[in-house]
Amino acid sequence: MTPFTTLTGIAAPMPLVNIDTDMIIPKQFLKTIARTGLGKNLFDEMRYTQDGAEIPEFVLNQPAWRRAEIIVAGDNFGCGSSREHAPWALLDFGIRCVISTSFADIFYNNCFKNGILPVVLPPEAVAHLMDDAKKGENARISVDLANQTVTAADGVVFAFEVDAFKKHCLLHGLDDIGLTLEKAASIDAYEARAATTRPWA
Amino acid sequence: MTAPRTLYDKIWDDHVVHQADDGTCLLYIDRHLVHEVTSPQAFEGLRMTGRRVRAPDKTIAVPDHNVPTTLDRANAATMTEDSRIQVAALDKNARDFGINYYPVSDIRQGIVHIVGPEQGWTLPGMTVVCGDSHTATHGAFGALAHGIGTSEVEHVLATQTLIQRKGRNMKVEITGSLRPGVTAKDITLSVIGETGTAGGTGHVIEYCGQAIRELSMEGRMTVCNMAIEGGARAGLIAPDEKTYAYCIGRPHAPKGATWEAALAYWKTLFTDEGAHFDKVVTIRGEDIAPVVTWGTSPEDVLPITGMVPAPETFTGGKVEAAQRSLDYMGLTAGQKLTDIAIDTVFIGSCTNGRIEDLRAAAAILKGHKIKVKRAMVVPGSGLVRAQAEEEGLAQIFLDAGFEWRLAGCSMCLAMNPDQLAPGERCAATSNRNFEGRQGRGGRTHLMSPAMAAAAAITGHLTDVRELMV
Repeated sequence: MTPFTTLTGIAAPMPLVNIDTDMIIPKQFLKTIARTGLGKNLFDEMRYTQDGAEIPEFVLNQPAWRRAEIIVAGDNFGCGSSREHAPWALLDFGIRCVISTSFADIFYNNCFKNGILPVVLPPEAVAHLMDDAKKGENARISVDLANQTVTAADGVVFAFEVDAFKKHCLLHGLDDIGLTLEKAASIDAYEARAATTRPWA
Repeated sequence: MTAPRTLYDKIWDDHVVHQADDGTCLLYIDRHLVHEVTSPQAFEGLRMTGRRVRAPDKTIAVPDHNVPTTLDRANAATMTEDSRIQVAALDKNARDFGINYYPVSDIRQGIVHIVGPEQGWTLPGMTVVCGDSHTATHGAFGALAHGIGTSEVEHVLATQTLIQRKGRNMKVEITGSLRPGVTAKDITLSVIGETGTAGGTGHVIEYCGQAIRELSMEGRMTVCNMAIEGGARAGLIAPDEKTYAYCIGRPHAPKGATWEAALAYWKTLFTDEGAHFDKVVTIRGEDIAPVVTWGTSPEDVLPITGMVPAPETFTGGKVEAAQRSLDYMGLTAGQKLTDIAIDTVFIGSCTNGRIEDLRAAAAILKGHKIKVKRAMVVPGSGLVRAQAEEEGLAQIFLDAGFEWRLAGCSMCLAMNPDQLAPGERCAATSNRNFEGRQGRGGRTHLMSPAMAAAAAITGHLTDVRELMV
């Protein structure tokens, strides 16, 4: 996994609330057995007409945001299914950070496994950053994971919370399966205990 | 004396393998359910790192999302190339890694969340995960069950654990009894209508109260299934006599002395008097009406007697979303819900694809013909299908003009050929009414099986109570 440390980039404004995983990557693209190549279908049904032409009004089709690396989104981003294809598609497009007032739990977790930082900020902060996002290249947003800050184009700094373990893994691009396997002795001991206390399981 | 604990606290405590100083836990997983869409990259990850499946006996796989539900599905030509590759990958992965498997040709094949309980894999007090958000279904047994992403699927395959931080406790109490014509689906949709789709975020919901106790196990599965639509990762219902009666004798349920030991343990699985909940929602069972969704979020719920709302009546940044919903759904504010004409009826899914759901729909349909363009029943498993045929339900559906399909996820998420055309309006017993969910441009109204059956025979959204004698 690619580590996430700092990022300064163009943010795409997507103020709609409840942007769900079916919008992020519709199910017809879940038939892949690979993790890559989904970027072209990110937000597919909002981005293209039925015959595949770009819908010019859609934010990521507009010249100002075609190279966005950040999305500033409405509340409850990523609700719906558990498909990790959603962060895979975002990453493949080039999005490394999503900022919102809240995220659905599974999507939030999935981001961290793929080098994407989801940032939760209060409504006033998201509104401030949404204004920046609307200015495209003229108002880049900076994100610093180590210091847990987002800096708006006008220099205003917003601090955000992130779980210490998730932060550690993301900062260093760590494979958490490897970390867990270091605790194999604890897992063995648990299984031995459960074999007597809950043998039916 | 230890502090009073919730049901969630107890299950959590019994599965902690290791707790770090910062509170991050390694949680043991008792059952890992696997399907073809969210697992291929995880198995590939194991191969690339030379890792094995740690507990193949606790890992159960079944193809469900992609599989055609038409009677000719044994013919490979009924599947698209990419679907065929995905199902073939699951066949191979199940074989290579030695996990429990129900292939498409097996009568026990079906939707993973229907197969798990049916085969007795899901039991009270367990931790159950699956790369599918509707894993919450298994919470009906008092099991801590939630959806995970593919990276976590790989983590569970390799380690039989998950790295987790504990969520908060939320109680949803449904007091009193339901009125006639009101079902588990109406409870779960009404709760989401009340709390919103983010109302449960970060929480595990325990559903309790008389109306929940009065539900069958299948009804309880319907309620827990949609906990995720309320934002909660998991929903729970404390096990009771109904739970034990459901589990006993199932192929993978314990037997003899082990059953007795299990039963003694299960009887400790309840929320202690005085345990703390971070959030409490109480709804009177008597106040719940048969409901339908009008928009493109599961929180867009109204009693069938209501009218399509006006977007400007919404607050909290939802005006734009509501207007977008109405435009997408082709509806006008002020329109009576019962005036909305339906093209298609879909009965099935992990929410409502069990035998009681089919009985409820058949009871309304008996002796009637459909007035919609098409209607289909997709049983949740091959065994549900066989039982419905034995009970004569299949004939009722066929006589009414329904298609009688083979088991799978089907039109709930429309990954297989069962899809809506643009503008096609569907009364569905599934769980999501998102834009494009059942097919690009398709319009979904969520409701109970009885309500879907009522819409099928009138051709428009209908208050099922008017058809009940």
